[in-house]
Amino acid sequence: MTDFFNENLTSLHKKLVDKEISATELTKEALNKSKSSQSEINAFITIDDEGALKRAAEIDAVGIDPDNILSGIPFAIKDNIVTKGLKTTAASHILDNFVPVYDATVIEKLNELGIVTIGKTNMDEFAMGGSTETSYFGKTANAWDHTKVPGGSSGGSASSVASGVIPVALGSDTGGSIRQPAAFNGIVGLKPTYGRVSRWGLIAFGSSLDQIGPLTRTVEDNARVLAAISGKDQRDTTTEDQSVPDFTKGIKKGVKDLRIGVPKEYFAKGIDEGVKDVVKKAIAKYESSGAKVDEVSLPHSKYGIAAYYILASSEASSNLERFDGIRYGFSARQDGQTLEDLYVRTRSEGFGDEVKRRIMLGTFALSAGFYDAYFKKAAQVRTLIVNDFAKVFENHDIILGPTTTSPAFDLGSENDDPVKMYMNDLLTIPLNLAGLPGMSINAGFTDGLPVGLQIIGKRFDESTIYKTAYAFEQDSQLFTKHPGVNF
Amino acid sequence: MSESLPREDAAHVAKLAKLHFNDQQLNLFTGQLANILDLVETLNEVDTDGVKPTYTVSDNINVLREDVAVKSNQKNELLANAPETQDGQIKVPAIIDEES
Repeated sequence: MTDFFNENLTSLHKKLVDKEISATELTKEALNKSKSSQSEINAFITIDDEGALKRAAEIDAVGIDPDNILSGIPFAIKDNIVTKGLKTTAASHILDNFVPVYDATVIEKLNELGIVTIGKTNMDEFAMGGSTETSYFGKTANAWDHTKVPGGSSGGSASSVASGVIPVALGSDTGGSIRQPAAFNGIVGLKPTYGRVSRWGLIAFGSSLDQIGPLTRTVEDNARVLAAISGKDQRDTTTEDQSVPDFTKGIKKGVKDLRIGVPKEYFAKGIDEGVKDVVKKAIAKYESSGAKVDEVSLPHSKYGIAAYYILASSEASSNLERFDGIRYGFSARQDGQTLEDLYVRTRSEGFGDEVKRRIMLGTFALSAGFYDAYFKKAAQVRTLIVNDFAKVFENHDIILGPTTTSPAFDLGSENDDPVKMYMNDLLTIPLNLAGLPGMSINAGFTDGLPVGLQIIGKRFDESTIYKTAYAFEQDSQLFTKHPGVNF
Repeated sequence: MSESLPREDAAHVAKLAKLHFNDQQLNLFTGQLANILDLVETLNEVDTDGVKPTYTVSDNINVLREDVAVKSNQKNELLANAPETQDGQIKVPAIIDEES
């Protein structure tokens, strides 16, 4: 029996190449772990026994590619990334019967490298939420404490990796949806630079903010998956023509003389003291390793949430117009109804409350008479946030701070208060607005729950993020700690 | 900007968004949206005079590609997702009233 807590991509690849284990055997183990974890953590919406075993058999038939580390590796995919022939719901009733006719670009790329998709992970409906509680398919539990939220919206991806049921998962991040669940589950989650990874086949939420990225147990694994999914794509015109480096190259260079900026706003009042302590200790570790640490300011970051909820909701209200009960998905059909009635019934019954709130907010912000006051104003504040970061990066290589304002909170504790729920994204949202890459790694624990260290880089400089993360990971050896439940 | 969101405005927005709420839901949503808008009002503290808005961080302006026709021929798969079909077409409710 393979223990994913003691493995990484390099060790799994070696076992596959040495024929210690076949892709089919590894797939069966990942399927079994995923299934037996469902009653405890409910990380999956769909587990694809048949498809995964068929795929693994194909890979075994041609043999593991010794030059390709992802050959035969089991993956979990967030359920807003379309997979040909495999149900993709975005955790919504309105898509609960939707079977895509094509693969997202990231899936195409990974399939070419020989991954095996085990299943599709649970998430907040249409990725709108920070706790995976708005899913139509029930709540997911935190890997470390099953009474706590796993974070969101990529909660299923984060909890399944942290629970050792899968080595790697993909998520998406519009306002923190990879980094926050990675922080809450003590794993490594990266939101790439906007334009690094194709969004083609990602069910759109906020198109100027969305990015797909990897959730893994180790920094090196994360770097390998990012390299596999990155690159210009003709089908997503916002992808940039940037070379895709080997992100593991230079990862061991260390942090001596690295110029680290620590924003004072990221340690403001209201942020959990336990979180601050753990993150401060991690930053002190960098200083003792020879990095140059100084305090910086991101004066407009506190306006990030307000700007984000206008911009992201406006984009969402447009993107979600396409769900109308005509061509695919749930359709509230009745005899003798009008077309208008079909639209309204389908959307009213098909969307959950959080999605409706954001559609309403976005429609309002874009409506006649309010556009300048809300949408344009928010876009102007976005410029100031972009400029804040640019100024800090004039003389710093990297920015460090907490990923979240608190550790994982109790399931059900914030459902009735949208504003309180939105405040959780305070420290992650500014990066999405600025299109910057950011990562969360485990910095330690407070009251038995993981705390995320957020590592923010310059545009297209994920390499420095990986180098920075690797130094702390190797020094702290925190990746050897795990929730202890073996599924 | 509005101090809070009047219920009539919320009803109008719901109509634009093609969503229906019953009275109780509309009251709840109006209150919650008003709270969110209070949060958004903090943007008024920021002086944005003359600041250019950012709608995307992408530097791309015109992105061109070869104009190559691709035959995808996925009619059956696409129709399989449709809620109602007839004679190889997607069926929708009547759009034009018979009497008009």
